[in-house]
Amino acid sequence: MAWELNSGQPIYTQIIERIMIEIVSGCYKPGEKLPSVRELASIAAVNPNTMQKAMAGLEQSGLVFSHRTSGRFITEDSNMIKKAKETLASAQIEEFMKKMEQLGITREETIELIQKKGEES
Amino acid sequence: MTAIVECKHLTKRYKNKEALSEIDLTLESGRIIGLLGPNGSGKTTLIKLINKLLVPTSGELLVAGEKPGVESKAMVSYLPEQSYLGDWMYVKDALDFFKDFYEDFDNSRALNMLEKLNIAPNDKIKSMSKGTKEKLQLILVMSRRAKLYCLDEPIAGVDPAARDYILSTIINNYDENATILISTHLIADVENILDDVIFIQDGKIRLHQDVDDIRSKQGTSIDHLFREVFKC
Repeated sequence: MAWELNSGQPIYTQIIERIMIEIVSGCYKPGEKLPSVRELASIAAVNPNTMQKAMAGLEQSGLVFSHRTSGRFITEDSNMIKKAKETLASAQIEEFMKKMEQLGITREETIELIQKKGEES
Repeated sequence: MTAIVECKHLTKRYKNKEALSEIDLTLESGRIIGLLGPNGSGKTTLIKLINKLLVPTSGELLVAGEKPGVESKAMVSYLPEQSYLGDWMYVKDALDFFKDFYEDFDNSRALNMLEKLNIAPNDKIKSMSKGTKEKLQLILVMSRRAKLYCLDEPIAGVDPAARDYILSTIINNYDENATILISTHLIADVENILDDVIFIQDGKIRLHQDVDDIRSKQGTSIDHLFREVFKC
């Protein structure tokens, strides 16, 4: 099944984000080997060049490293994975806060609302 | 990066209509390029010039540094808009045809893809549906190890599921050193697999740009940009 991609944003950045999520959520284990660019391109239904570009971006982030002959692997540095998770989470929170602000709800009120929600469940 | 196609002041005139006027265009190796434009904008004319089915009125066109001819045809794989496989043929005849014509034709690759679609060598082309015929033709064209693939409207006549099949066939057979030029007006369907787009209108190049550049700078899909540029 092709990946759901939004054509208003660069495809490679969306791929990077998606694979990052798969790494921080544990779909890919630390040290695990990634499928080849060609396989990933085929799964995602994107151009191999785009997948290559996404891989270069992931390598730059440090979450993925490549062994010249044996392929690409997820980092074994669990600290780095934890940090990436925090970065992704804080981006989500920022986005949510922005939406709440658009509704005219202040940060403090938002936090209160979340607390209430948490107590309810 | 090296250029696979170079056009300099390329012009093609049919009697009193100018189909392409003074085009300067370079297509690089290793890219998947969308040739996008409204009907009658010059897409097919350009592809036919690359394949020497037409000759330029003026200007220059080079394929891998040479004028189109026998050598260039050996490295360009062309999917025309219309089917050229005879109704009398069986699938195995079409395969033989390609084997005879093209040294770079990979027969086992073609058989493999046909098998996945349940198309047998003994099937008759006449009894195939339009969609199956288009898939067969694409398989033949993509089974060549060419340097340049020119696909003229490869997805126009088929349903969305068949479109997905065709696009995945294109991706799976793509070799990073080759270039694929896809002409279409069904932009939303192809834009996720493109590296570059060329917008062509009234025989002139309106835009030639990296797709991800467009998305990051303008924050819009290619489909949307096309609708804006070509608004009637």
